[in-house]
Amino acid sequence: MPKTATKPVRIVVAKVGLDGHDRGVKVVARALRDAGYEVIYTGLRQTPEMVVDAALQEDAQVIGLSIHSGAHMTLFPAVVDELKRRKATDIVVFGGGIIPDDDIAVLRKKGVAAIFTPGTPLQEIVDWLRKRFPES
Amino acid sequence: MKVRARDAKELWQEEFEKAPVRDDGIETSTISGIPLKPLYTGDDLPRREEELPGQFPYTRGIHPSGYRGRLWTMRQFSGFATAEETNRRYKYLLANGQTGLSVAFDMPTLMGQDSDAPTSRGEVGHCGVAIDSLADMETLFEGIPLGDITTSMTINSPAAILLCMYIAVAEKQGVPASKLGGTLQNDILKEFIAQKEFIFPPAPSMRLVVDSIEYCAAEVPKWNTISISGYHIREAGSTAVQELAFTLADGMAYVDACLERGMHIDDFASRLSFFFDAHIDFFEEIAKFRAARRIWARWMRERYGAQQERSWKLRFHTQTAGVSLTAQQPELNIARTAIEAMAAVLGGTQSLHTNAMDEVLALPTDKAARIALRTQQLLAYETGAANTIDPLGGSYFVEALTDEMERQAEAYFKRIDEIGGVIPAIEAGFFQKEIADAAFRYQNEVEQKRRIMVQAKATNALNRLGKAAAGNDNLMPYILDAVRAYATEGEIMQAMIEVFGTYTETAVV
Repeated sequence: MPKTATKPVRIVVAKVGLDGHDRGVKVVARALRDAGYEVIYTGLRQTPEMVVDAALQEDAQVIGLSIHSGAHMTLFPAVVDELKRRKATDIVVFGGGIIPDDDIAVLRKKGVAAIFTPGTPLQEIVDWLRKRFPES
Repeated sequence: MKVRARDAKELWQEEFEKAPVRDDGIETSTISGIPLKPLYTGDDLPRREEELPGQFPYTRGIHPSGYRGRLWTMRQFSGFATAEETNRRYKYLLANGQTGLSVAFDMPTLMGQDSDAPTSRGEVGHCGVAIDSLADMETLFEGIPLGDITTSMTINSPAAILLCMYIAVAEKQGVPASKLGGTLQNDILKEFIAQKEFIFPPAPSMRLVVDSIEYCAAEVPKWNTISISGYHIREAGSTAVQELAFTLADGMAYVDACLERGMHIDDFASRLSFFFDAHIDFFEEIAKFRAARRIWARWMRERYGAQQERSWKLRFHTQTAGVSLTAQQPELNIARTAIEAMAAVLGGTQSLHTNAMDEVLALPTDKAARIALRTQQLLAYETGAANTIDPLGGSYFVEALTDEMERQAEAYFKRIDEIGGVIPAIEAGFFQKEIADAAFRYQNEVEQKRRIMVQAKATNALNRLGKAAAGNDNLMPYILDAVRAYATEGEIMQAMIEVFGTYTETAVV
């Protein structure tokens, strides 16, 4: 749940896993910034621990994950688990990348709030965040 | 005669200006933003000596016989989980007449770490084979005579290690390194620029590349030591001109580094090869391939003083554009890939990979992989595209566009020079910024409907209808949206059938 009514929503955007395909994550980061969010992009090859560290240090309400290596079923839940371990489950996790439909259902069950696959209009991601944080 | 021609053009101009023009807001520039005229005429043809295939500057192709001499190589890149499984697959392919193998490695191998490293979790065996030591490489090529085949290895930062493993496997088979043929991607500069699979800093990375080029020139002379790649630059969001310019600039940076090492240009230039993207803007892509050959030939002969003709010839592999594919209605990707592959063929590629329609969703199914390969066979044998060399040579439009791409690439070379060269430009973030800007501009054009990716809109509406059907909302607004997006009756019904199912009555007589 959002903490205060006036504070701008801060989003940590991260590439987890070993692949370096950062076109999508960069385009999304810019679009979120242009939509008025405070966006912190961590860069490539972040471990789940590093991502959660960054989110806590930056006092972020949202973590956006991007991956194209096929390791999403390991690494996305690992971020959610790390948030649980650090008692920071108020932070919302969403993700994107080449992720098959069957995997999306499983990831949703494991606590990833939304998955956006290739071809998603940027506005759809912004709309989703607005719905999630209506006061932002 | 001249006066009449002038009048005819003026008349056309007048009629064109009077004619109604579509006002759908869709861009008329190329996908990379090069403005296009509605018509090109003889006035747009450059005044220069006629260019011919097999002759400097090779704009029309490096072989005098084009595809009449030899078709392009149909080289499909693919990855499998373990060394044993991949080995079985290779044996199957070789038994079926394939002579070249292509190795896809998994992410930990590409990033130079072992399968048991903590950061390898979840990554081992995805997207390719895991190689930790020579033992894995021995398994991978078990029973495959390395002296009789060629192998392409797509790896960069740890490329030197994998090549050494290959040489060591050959040694155990009794095959000398001098008999080995194949290609190593080994292009670290595009990793810094686009794909980002770098490990060491730029200077020692370049040292390893030059070490491998120098070693192979002496010891493994049939090996293509580097595949200088624009593909990843383009897929990261660059324009066609940026792909062309940055790739050739990388090529020149490798040449400079080898010359600094004291090598002679003609001792290594002919083993350099290139790898480009074939995107969906048909004519722009053909112009790009033609311009690439001309620019490289000129630089190699005029700037670097290469004496041998084989040092002037730019040879390249092409892959169709992964980023042009849509996750919605993947069948449309078959058509996109066919058009892109045709551009590569008309651009004179030496080898080609066609993407499978479902690659945007996950690793390809067998059926999709088969259709992708059949697409190439269809181009080679049904369309007649291989019958005439550089069939678009002399086209007012394609020639003008080829010249324009060359001009814009040369302008980039100047800018890179002003920054101090490719590595300083990487360190300044120059390429990365140019590419990110181009990717963002393109995405915005798509969102503003100034570039259209067909069917995505209708499919989105259909997806929303499907989701609504699974819930309790009134479906009318969703159906209306789908109708407005020109979804067909069958598509709309299908979206609901997927949720509701269909009714079958019990037969009663």
